[in-house]
Amino acid sequence: MNFWQFIVQNHTEVLELTWEHISLVGISMLIAVLIGIPLGILITRWPALNKPVLGGANIIQTIPSLALFGFLLPVPWIGARAGRLAVLALTLYALLPLIRNTYTGIRGVDRAVVEAGRAMGMTDRQLLFQVELPLALGVIIAGVRIATVLSVGLATIAAAIGAGGLGEFIFRGLAMVSDQLILAGAVPAAALALVADLGLGWVEKRLSPQ
Amino acid sequence: MNSSPRDGVAIEFRNVSYCLDGGRELLSQLNLEILRGETLVLLGRSGSGKTTTLKLINRLLAPTAGEVAVDGRPTTTWDVIRLRRMIGYVIQDAGLFPHFTVERNIGLVPKLEKWTAERIQKRVEELLQLVGLDHQIASRYPRELSGGQRQRVGVARALAADPPILLMDEPFGALDPITRAELQREFQALQMRLQKTVVFVTHDMREALLLGTRIALIEAGRLVALNTPQAFLHSKDPLVASYVDAFRTDLTTPRN
Repeated sequence: MNFWQFIVQNHTEVLELTWEHISLVGISMLIAVLIGIPLGILITRWPALNKPVLGGANIIQTIPSLALFGFLLPVPWIGARAGRLAVLALTLYALLPLIRNTYTGIRGVDRAVVEAGRAMGMTDRQLLFQVELPLALGVIIAGVRIATVLSVGLATIAAAIGAGGLGEFIFRGLAMVSDQLILAGAVPAAALALVADLGLGWVEKRLSPQ
Repeated sequence: MNSSPRDGVAIEFRNVSYCLDGGRELLSQLNLEILRGETLVLLGRSGSGKTTTLKLINRLLAPTAGEVAVDGRPTTTWDVIRLRRMIGYVIQDAGLFPHFTVERNIGLVPKLEKWTAERIQKRVEELLQLVGLDHQIASRYPRELSGGQRQRVGVARALAADPPILLMDEPFGALDPITRAELQREFQALQMRLQKTVVFVTHDMREALLLGTRIALIEAGRLVALNTPQAFLHSKDPLVASYVDAFRTDLTTPRN
């Protein structure tokens, strides 16, 4: 039986796990965006927070993913369900690129333009929403793109703690020494990453100021 | 206008010093009165403290010592947003918002002041005409304009809400000589009509002599001379004279 036959025969399970995979990545990215972008903005306003926030996100990034899943197991409400745990871990991993790109994007806006806005009597909020964020949007979306592609790959590990996703096939395949099974997990996961990369790349290009 | 002798003063520097956090002094003990309706040129070489002086007026910087008063009130007691909205600001290369059309750039302050869309549009058209731009340019983005056009838009944007004071930081510095001369002439004509209080920063002596009603020479953070262009040219003060001499070769045809 070759790879394609396997996919066709097991298409319901493939689709189910793919959907689980997308949900894990989607939910964690949503949470990460809601936390990471405001944090990135915050550290442009309070430079004193810059080092602790970026440093913290950096440290999380250096923890091996399997270990992070393990660390989170004893956490009360989170550890009770594999899904929650996986979402939290993926969220934590996605934070660094989001915070860093938001920060560098805003800091990279031409200082003369920002100062002109300030000199014209724009409040900090007006400056942020009308000038800095629109001009930094391309860089921020690039951060979302990096984080998403990273998450699609990492989410395969979530199967190790029983959170589902395409990693199920991969781990099952490893246990059964079955190339088909491993590929049935790896190929759709790679395809997802590619689609996310291309899609967000397109968005990034559209939203970048020329 | 009535009695008080202060009435004619729009901006006043009282013993103003400005130091960086590290303690380096950029401006030292400045005393200067800027009169309503005059064009005061701050002249000096790069790093002399001209731009610092300008930014102290709209409180992009706050003095470390002394005070700057606008309309008789120290800038530190003003609501900074109100203060800035009554002071137009034009900088080199215009500092236009690259993601806004010309129309939105010019209409920015009126929009912040919550004018109606109709009134803003009328004002934008008026201003485009005032600075000599075709109204068709309104829907373009700054990157689609020439340097001279951008600078005109920058002036229009600063004038949008009709502020009584205008700060200009080397506004024509990035232009080619021909466009620069053109804009200088237009600015002169415009100022004749509008009678704003203008503080104009330049390192170009010819520009200072042409546009200023008075010239303040700043050197290493100190005001070293304050004179009308005529008196400036013929000053016996050794510092001013050396400054004039240094530029003399450039001044083939003094206009004043």
